[in-house]
Amino acid sequence: MVYDGTVSIRVNGSHRRVRQGMTLAELALELGLEPTRVAVERNLEIVPRSTLAEVVIEDGDDYEIVTFVGGG
Amino acid sequence: MNVMTSIGEDTWTVAGRTFRSRLIVGTGKYKSFEQNAAAVAASGAEIVTVAVRRVNIADPKQPMLTDFIDPKQIVYLPNTAGCFTADEAIRTLRLAREAGGWTLVKLEVLGEAKTLYPDMIETLRATEILAKEGFDPMVYCADDPIAAKRLEEAGAVAIMPLGAPIGSGLGLQNEVMIRIMVENATVPVLVDAGVGTASDAAVAMELGCDGVLMNTAIAEAKDPVMMATAMRLAVESGRLAYRAGRMGKRRYADPSSPLAGLI
Repeated sequence: MVYDGTVSIRVNGSHRRVRQGMTLAELALELGLEPTRVAVERNLEIVPRSTLAEVVIEDGDDYEIVTFVGGG
Repeated sequence: MNVMTSIGEDTWTVAGRTFRSRLIVGTGKYKSFEQNAAAVAASGAEIVTVAVRRVNIADPKQPMLTDFIDPKQIVYLPNTAGCFTADEAIRTLRLAREAGGWTLVKLEVLGEAKTLYPDMIETLRATEILAKEGFDPMVYCADDPIAAKRLEEAGAVAIMPLGAPIGSGLGLQNEVMIRIMVENATVPVLVDAGVGTASDAAVAMELGCDGVLMNTAIAEAKDPVMMATAMRLAVESGRLAYRAGRMGKRRYADPSSPLAGLI
């Protein structure tokens, strides 16, 4: 852990540093995502959309953020 | 009597939801979202299959499928295409349920990349778990009537055998097996994969299938919107022919004009 007020996470396979204490709703906003269109998985567990504003990001978290795309 | 009155309302129901269109179309392989949306409209489909994939974090403002095909108007059926294990498929559908908020899903667990043939052991395992978690899985499967029974017992809300390998466009290679599956099933049976052109869709419907699911046959046609129209008509025609009850087959000719009164 680097003590510069940030934490290290992975989002969709890519490393990222975000402000310590940031919530998932704030992360979605920072990434420019519309929370009603995505689903979030945190360390292999689904995060209910209704709780995105309450879940605080922790160092080492691994996130998958997905949406619907064209497919067969 | 009015023809439409005699044809009557002909709907089908899956997991308590009733639909008029018996054609389900995919949303992959199109040149543009506009073309995709136009093809869906021409097909008359009330359900489209969609994939679940990572959002584009590098460019989140890119147009999205939902901008062109409204999930409030058309039912999105999340699909697990590309999953090769039950665990991957279940994980994908849990995310899909959270993203969409609905439980009707399409399960597809593939056995290998070359044939995209379903892995029925993993498919059955995933069906059991998904049903226990409250999902309504419509299940892509082999043309195996016994496996289909097992899927039904495990909680599949629809049985969806392949007519030929996914994306092959070879048409139904297994009419006998599909017919047996239709006769045995107590849930809807839809041919999923293998349709190449309109007559293939009609064949599936004439066998008594409740519907047909296709993607490539429309998306890779030279004119996808026209082909979508053709598929709508073929599914309707095949369904009507099935309901009408076809004539028996004879080994030799039988004249249509009376033999009496010949000059």
